[in-house]
Formats: sequence, C-alpha cells, structure tokens
Amino acid sequence: MSTESLEAWRGIAAEEADEVPAGVRSVLRGRSRSLLASLLRPHRTPLILGSVLVVLETAAKLAVPFLVQRGIDEGIPPLLEGRPPTTLLAIIAVFLAVVLLRALLEYLFLILSGRIGQDVLFDLRSRLFDHFQRLSLAFHERYTSGRVISRLTSDVEAISELLSSGLLTVTTGVLSIVGISAVLVILDPVLGGVALVMFPAVIALTVWFRRRADVAYRQTRETVALVIIHFVESLGGIRAVQAFRREARNQDIFDDVNGRYARTNLRAHRLASVFGPGVSGIGRAAIALVLAVGALRVVDGAMTVGVLVAFLLYIRRFFEPMQDLSQFYNLFQAAVAALEKLSGVLDEAPDVAEPDAPVALALADQPGVDDHPGGHEIRFDHVRFAYRTTEVLHDLDLVIPAGQTVALVGATGAGKSTVARLMARFYDPAGGQVLLDGVDLRHLSDDALRASVVTLTQESYLFSGSVADNILFGRPGASRLEAEAAARAIGAQHFIESLPGGYDTQVRKRGGRLSAGQRQLVAFARAFLADPGVLVLDEATSSLDIPSERLVQRALRVLLADRTAVIIAHRLSTVEIADRVLVMVDGRIVEDGAPSELVGTQGHYHALHQAWADSLV
Amino acid sequence: MPSSSLWRLKPYLRPHYGRMALMTAFAAAGLGTATLVPLVTKAVIDGPVARGESDGIGVLALAALALGMFETVAALTRRYISGNLAIGLETALRSDLYAHLQRQPVSFHDRWQSGQLLSRALTDVKVIRRFFGFGLVFLVVNLFTFAIVLVLMVRLEPTLAGLTALSAVPLVLLSRRFEREYLTISREVQDRDGDLATLVEEAAAGIRVIKAFGRRRLVAGRFEDQARLLRESSLEQVRLRARFWALIDMIPNLTMAAVLLFGALAVGRGDLSLGGLVAFVSLLVLLVWPIESLGEILALAEEASSAADRIFEVFDTEPGIADLPGATTLGESAGRIRFESVGFAYGDGASVLSGVDLDVAPGETLALVGMTGSGKTTLVSLLSRLHDVSAGKVTLDGHDVRDLTLASLRSHVGVAFEEPILFSSSVRENLLLGAPDAGDDEIYAALATAQADFVHDLPWALDTRVGEQGLSLSGGQRQRLALARALLGRPRVLVLDDPLSALDVHTEALVEEALVRELRGVTALLVVHRPSTLDLADRVAFLHEGRIAAVGTHAELFERVPAYRDVLAGDLEELVS
Repeated sequence: MSTESLEAWRGIAAEEADEVPAGVRSVLRGRSRSLLASLLRPHRTPLILGSVLVVLETAAKLAVPFLVQRGIDEGIPPLLEGRPPTTLLAIIAVFLAVVLLRALLEYLFLILSGRIGQDVLFDLRSRLFDHFQRLSLAFHERYTSGRVISRLTSDVEAISELLSSGLLTVTTGVLSIVGISAVLVILDPVLGGVALVMFPAVIALTVWFRRRADVAYRQTRETVALVIIHFVESLGGIRAVQAFRREARNQDIFDDVNGRYARTNLRAHRLASVFGPGVSGIGRAAIALVLAVGALRVVDGAMTVGVLVAFLLYIRRFFEPMQDLSQFYNLFQAAVAALEKLSGVLDEAPDVAEPDAPVALALADQPGVDDHPGGHEIRFDHVRFAYRTTEVLHDLDLVIPAGQTVALVGATGAGKSTVARLMARFYDPAGGQVLLDGVDLRHLSDDALRASVVTLTQESYLFSGSVADNILFGRPGASRLEAEAAARAIGAQHFIESLPGGYDTQVRKRGGRLSAGQRQLVAFARAFLADPGVLVLDEATSSLDIPSERLVQRALRVLLADRTAVIIAHRLSTVEIADRVLVMVDGRIVEDGAPSELVGTQGHYHALHQAWADSLV
Repeated sequence: MPSSSLWRLKPYLRPHYGRMALMTAFAAAGLGTATLVPLVTKAVIDGPVARGESDGIGVLALAALALGMFETVAALTRRYISGNLAIGLETALRSDLYAHLQRQPVSFHDRWQSGQLLSRALTDVKVIRRFFGFGLVFLVVNLFTFAIVLVLMVRLEPTLAGLTALSAVPLVLLSRRFEREYLTISREVQDRDGDLATLVEEAAAGIRVIKAFGRRRLVAGRFEDQARLLRESSLEQVRLRARFWALIDMIPNLTMAAVLLFGALAVGRGDLSLGGLVAFVSLLVLLVWPIESLGEILALAEEASSAADRIFEVFDTEPGIADLPGATTLGESAGRIRFESVGFAYGDGASVLSGVDLDVAPGETLALVGMTGSGKTTLVSLLSRLHDVSAGKVTLDGHDVRDLTLASLRSHVGVAFEEPILFSSSVRENLLLGAPDAGDDEIYAALATAQADFVHDLPWALDTRVGEQGLSLSGGQRQRLALARALLGRPRVLVLDDPLSALDVHTEALVEEALVRELRGVTALLVVHRPSTLDLADRVAFLHEGRIAAVGTHAELFERVPAYRDVLAGDLEELVS
C-alpha cells in the first residue's frame, strides 16, 4: 500500500503480502463467488426448503390484511342485520390459524436458515484452518500470524453477518419483484411501463454502489488486518513495551491504524447510507409518478379507480423487497471483500506440498531393532538454497549414516540452521535433493516424515495448557506415565514436581509461568516422547544452566545411541557427545571428522574449541 | 432493560448526544412522512379522480414526490449521522481498551488469553457500535410510536384501545424472559468466539512446533472441536431467537384479530361506526412494524450488553502496577539498588523468592547465578516493576521503586531480555525504543558494542524492517539487537538477562570485551548461566531455592560454596560422581 511509505517507522520490506494488482480484480470476484458457491452447494436441499418456507411465510403475512378486509366486508353485514356472528367467527378462526401457521413457518425458517449459516461457517473455518496448517513455513513467515488471525476472525465474521441476515431474503425479494412486475404489466401495460421505468435507475444506482463499495470494503478488510496485527504483536511483546516505555508510541500507531480502519469503515458506511435510502427514494418517486399518470388515465377513462388503487398498493410491495435486496447487497459486498481474502488463501498452493503418491519408508531401521543401527540415513545431494536472493547453501553434499550423531558448528549465518530446516523439510531446496534412507523428502507423506524427523529449536514454544499437555504434544496417544517418564529421562522432573500443580500446572500464555530454561526442558521432554528416528537439535540447549544441560547431555547419550542426530550448538560441551563434527563456513562444509581428530588439527574447529575451553574458566 | 454495563458506556456517548437527538428526530420524521403518503393518495382518489377532473393531480403528485424525497433525505441523513456516531464510538472505545491493556502488568497478559482480548477489541466493540448506531434509536422511536398511536386510539375508541394496550403485557413478559436467557447465551457465544480466536492465535504463532512434530491434524482437531462448540451455542442462540421472534410477531396479529372480533361486534351493537373500526385498524397497522422489530432490537441490545460486560471485565481490572498518587519523578539516578527482604509469589501461591537482601553500589556489576527456575529473571524484573514484590521492597537511590513514576524509573533502567522481542518496524525504530532522541552515531556505537554490525549489510541497513512482518533474523542476531537497544541512551542501570545465550563463543567474547567499557560507571545486574560472562562482574550473588545463598567474588564462591560449583562447574563427570 502506498500510504505506508509515509511511515518511516515501519521500515522497508521487500514485499507486501496483501497487495492486489488492479488487473486481477475480476479474477478475484470470480474466485470469491465460486468459493461462496462451493460453501453453499452441500446445503442445496435445505436452501430450497428454506426458500419454500420463506415464500409461505410471506404469503401468510400478506394474508392478514386480506382477512381483515374480509372480516369487515363480510363479517359485519350479518351483525348489522341482527344475525349471529357465524361468518365473523369463521373468519376470526381462519385468522388465528393463519397467525399460528405464520409463527410456525417463521420459527422453522429461522431455525433452518440459522443452521445453514452455522454449518457454512463451521465448514469455512475448518477449511481455512486446515489450509493454513498445510501451507509452508515460508508462507507463514511472509504472511505473518496477525494476518492469519485476521482472516480467521474478522473476515469469517463478515461472512457470518451476511449469512445471519438471511441469505434467503433474496428468494422472496426476487420472486416478489418478478411477480409484481408481471401483475403490473398485465393490469395496465401503460402504467406498468411507467412504473418499471424506475428499474434502470435502480440498476444504475446499484452499479454505482458496487463500483465504490468494491474498493471501500476491500480497504476495510485490509485496515482491520492492520489493527489486528498491531494489537497482537504489541501486546505479545508487552514486556519490552513496558520496559522501554513504548506505550505512547504504540498508542500513536494503534490510533493511526484504528483511525484508518474507522475512515474506511465510514466510507463504506456512507456508500451504504446513500444506496439503501436511494433505492427506496426511487420507489417513492415511482409512487408519485404512478399516482399522477394513473390518476390522469382514470380521469381520461382509460383505467378504473380499482386498478389505480391496486397499482399503488402493489408498487409499495414492489419496492419493499427491493430495499431488502439493497440491504442484502450491501452485506454481500462486505462479505465479498472478505471472501476475496479467504479465497486468496485457499488458492495458495502449499509450496512444500505433500506428494500425491507418497513412498513408504522401510520399517527395518526403527530404533531398537537388533544389530541394526537405529535411525535413518540422511543424504544431501548437490543441495542449493537461497532466502530471497541470497544463496546460503551452495551445492552441498553430505551423507549422515543411520545412527550417527553429528554436530554442526560454525559462525552465525554459516547456514547451519538452514541445513536443519531442510532436513525437517520446513523448506524445499532450490536445487538438488535431501534424502531420507534414499527417499527424497518430497516423496514422503507428511506423517511419515514427521514421525521420523523431529526438530527442536531454541524457540521452545509452549501452548497454553498444563505441563503434561505440552509434553504429550510430542506423542498425543501416549499415557500420562509415559509423559512423566520422558520428563524424568531428561531430568525435568525436579522442577516440574516442585510446581504447585506438578504436571497439571497451567503454563499460561506462551509458557509465561515457566522460565526460559524450564520451557526448554519441557520442549526436550516433548521431543523425547516423540521418539523419532532422526532428531535435529537447533540450539536447543542455549537457555539451560550448566547442570540442566549436563543432565540433558547425559540423557542424550542414551537417547541418541540408536538414532540419527544432528546437533547445532554454540556451546561445544554439547558437541562433545557427537561422533562427528562438521564445520560450516559460508554455506560450505570446510572440516569433517571426529571431534578428537579435529581438535588436533590447526583448523576452525581447533580455534573454536580453544575459545570454548577458555570460556569455561 | 439492558444491563448496567451499557449504561457505563455513557461517557462514550456524551460527545454524540446532539447526533443521537438528530437521529431520533430524523427517524421520527421519516416514519411520520411515510404515514402521510397514503393520505395524499386518498386525496387524489377522493378529489380529482372522484370529480373526474385532472386539475390538482399534478400538485398532489408533486406533494407525494416531495414527501417521498423528504423521507429519503431523512433516512439518508439519519444513516449518515449514525455512521459518525457509531464508528466514532467504536474507535474511541477500542483505543481506550488498547491503552488500558498496555498499562496492564505482565502477569495480566500471562493470564489472559490473547484471543479473548482480541475478540473484545474487535467483535464486542463492533456489536456495541451496531446497537448504538441503529438499535437504540429505533428502540426510542418505537416506544414513542407505541405511545402516540395508543393516545390516538384512546381518543377514537377507549375499549379497543385498552385491548390493544393489554398486548403490552405478553410483550413485556416475553421480553423479560427472553432477555435473561439471551444474555446468557450471547455471553457464551462471545466467550467461545474468543476461545476460538485464542486457538487460531496459538496455532499461528506456534506453527514451527506444530510443523516440527507434524501435529497438523491434532491442532486442526482441537480447532474443530472448539468451532463445533461455538456452532452449538450459536445454534442455541438461533433457536432462542427464532422462538422469541415467532412469538413476538404473533402479538400484533393476535391483537388485530381481537380488535377485529370485538370491533365488529361493537359495530353490530351499534356502539362503533364502520368508519371508526376501519380507522382503528389502520392505526393498529402502524404498530405492527414497531412491535415486530422489537424482537431484533432487543436481541441486539442483549448482545451489546454482554459485549459491554466482557469489555468492562477488562476495564475493571486495575493495572496492579501503576503510578501511585504523588509518585516522585527521579530526575537523575546514582544507580544504587537495594533489595530489602524481597519476596515474590505467583498468584497460584507458588513462592519464587523470599527474604532476598541485596545491595548493589553505584557503578557495580553484580552477576546473578542460579539454577533454571531459581528466580533470577523474576528478581531482575522487580527492579523495573514488570512485576511488583509480594513482600519487602526494592529501592533505587533509596526510593522504593513503587514510589517513583514508572516513566522515570524505567528511563533509568535499560533491559535486555533473554528472549529478544523485536517489533515489526525498522531496525532503527526497534533500537530507539528506550531512547527516542539518540542520534545515528550513538546507534552505531551501540551496534558496535553488541557486535551487531551485520545491520550494515541488511538490504536497507537501519531502515530495514525486521520483526514478524519484516526480515527474519537469527536468534543470535536478534539477541545482539536487543542488547544494543538496552545500551542505547546510556541508562544508569542495566539489566542484562542472559543476553548472550544465543551467541557463539567467539562473538560472545567480543561482546564481553566491549561490554567491559560500557559497564564502567553503570550499575548492572547480570543474569548469568556461563562462567565466561562472570568476568564482567565485580561480585556474584548466588540464588538458590528463592534465597540469596551467598554473595562474593566468583573465586570466593567457587571456593566456598559447593552448590555454586555445581551450577557453574565445567565438567560433567564431577557432577555424576
């Protein structure tokens, strides 16, 4: 968005995920319509049933004036003549029946349309959520969590408003308009023609509205996303906000995006406040015109008074549904802008996609099988990888035999984490391939891959819930005892048991109840429970104190004995348990050998080891 | 009627009183005009048409046109004004909510689900906007219409008017029952909506872990379960609404039937003229819409009311950590820090610190050493009041930190957290958080100390956007930026919470070398996990099981305190044996 260039504070980034090139708007509209159609398709029968109900309900509603008229015209004369009120009572009885019937129809209709609406929303939410989960990390890094939240909350809500306002009013609206137009023309073609002259005006107004609303509602979707992004991000970092007294600045930024949202909302609101009354104004003009022309025709003898009265009554009924439709159209426009965003997401193909026909991994090398080194062999074959335009890995060849524990060392930016991410298939390589037991990762099903390769990062993200819940995330089917055993195995049981609720202690948002080191221990227990054939540890011990780290290392010696492991660590203490060390410099492996061997050389590892040893005293 | 929470929104309405009056006036005028048009029609048919002359048709048709246009303009103006009112109110309420949330302490944010906060700031605020932009006006107009029509009815035929007035009884009874039930279910829907938003937020933020373990189906299953709960209570809401609306819509029609029956009988007895009955019925017709729309308006009012409840739950949480009345502004700080019998416990009763006494002299660097979870981070966060002590006090230059204004206290204390928090904005903006006036020279100096010269190689250098919406940096790079941020502005007191954990040994050594210079003349609290960082410290405090177990130089403690040795010893075998 161009306005953003004015805001130096945001800084410059290479791309904006939300930009809509002007040329593809019609494509967008088509795409969002087809999304709506696909959401409604499973509910075809209830929709038809609902339309029937709403037509019947309208008929019952319209029967009331008719019954009143009958009551007066036919019920009263017998009374005046002194006869018993049989006719009147009969009419009243019918009246009551109609009222009850209408209430029943209305009730059924509201239930049915509400159910359709809720089902559609449920379907849409599930589809979106699942799709977001399928999309690659690269997508999420570009799209940001704030936008994901915005799509799944405020955009879905815009659609919910459309659905709850009654998708089915369209049916009655259209039916009434077509029916009444026909009746008008049949009653008196000339006057009918005069009344229908207003049609083009309504269409012109609608076209005007659609053009502007299109832009306005799209802007509201974008500005509300900015509000959500800032809200979530700034409150998520509240510690830094308060420690650095950023509240005032944040408030300025929030008021700016909040104000922008308000302005776009106001713009859309104003369009709607012209469109709705505009349509009804055209109706009022039509009544005046019909009154004038009709009265003149009656005076000229070309038409009866009765026809004129009928005309005037009908024409009111003609513009009422028109108003409903305009209201619906307004909500529809708002929903379409949201649908555009949502269909955009759903159309995003997962760039790290699961294969259509996955290849199975051999079972033989599961951990613990006799005489067979556990784990899987990992092979990098001429792998190249680039973030945006900067190539990080250049033609990397690497074989890690099954069961081996490999340490990757090197300076920040040498490409160690990239190697780890490629192994876990968070990204796909730009060239070459990464193979697990000879199978390209791109040919493995997600389940098979994730069961075999688990990555532990320094981030150690915890979900809200109990400590046990978070450990069980590693293997959801596992028992509570297994979770506790996992915690014991890596030495986390002491701190967990000292928590007020033990394993049931709620860790709160992002694990805020625990210290950074404790979170890492829980994350370790989680990975231990997952029990994968390949374990990738990317700076997974950086926040641990030395005793905890030692306990973890001791556990690792056991844990890694029968599986493949790749360890990335700045602290060489962790590296010492490795069978083999790879030193990376600028995306290349420059040294490769057993730790004891490499210490003896005068290379990079030797220097690193020296520095580390110095740091211990 | 709607609960007290809606009344509490009055301050937000006050700037809009004029608008509200205008809206009500325009709504009433529109309704009034609409009822006049049939009279014009009647005049045409009874006048020129009955007389068979075309004179006067034009004038009357123009009158109809004028009335129609007036009605249109009235509606247009009312809606235009309602936009200003409703969106103005919404924006102000959301802005205040955000301000309030920013003042809430860290413990509040740990406790509250982010999705619940978000759904309050967006969905709930929007429901309230809809009530004030549309519901309230028509509630007033409808009640007026009801009263006026009833007065006209009484003048026309008191008995039938009484009968009509009686219809208010079921209306009120029905509404009151509905209100109670609907309030409960609306609240449930809104709460579940917030829970769902929380799941979305966690799944988006934790996407790496979900992917690393291949738990897509698990989280999607949880999401679906929650979405199903939301769907269930929404359906309950739909059912309740359907029942209420269907019943309420019967009331005007049943009244009509009663009026028709008794009116016709009265006409039969000669107590009422036929014209009188027709007139009465046409008056009654005017009540149909106001009564029927009441259902929708009341539903809206209840939703707005429970939304307001939810918002006031947040507003009513006093920020536990705020400026005391008469708080002192500390202009200059010498940097003397004292912890006096400090205790800290979580809300759930778990004690983290107790009886902590520490005295840090100006210019001294004190390292805090202790096991994971021993309370080091908690201890240092008490100084800048990210948490408040549960017992004892923390003083800066002899002032209890709770007696100082937050702004002045925090301006003297620079913090680098272990988990570096960067916001989606330029590197410069991120660095200047605590020192908005620092120049580029100072920025470069701080970057040099933190070994964060990689900034120069970023595509737009200091202007490159980092954070979630910008360039992603490695953990070590983020930590170095956070360190540079804490150093900028040269605060008197520095709190560095294991700020080098993600750095490689080489970089760490360079940072430490540079830090030695920076720490001169600055009081520093250093949370340390590695012996290497201890070189920076004048003294070390050893925190063990929530207490200060020992204070001294590293060498002394290493010599004297076995537990200290365990925490920092470099050799695994030692511990095992």
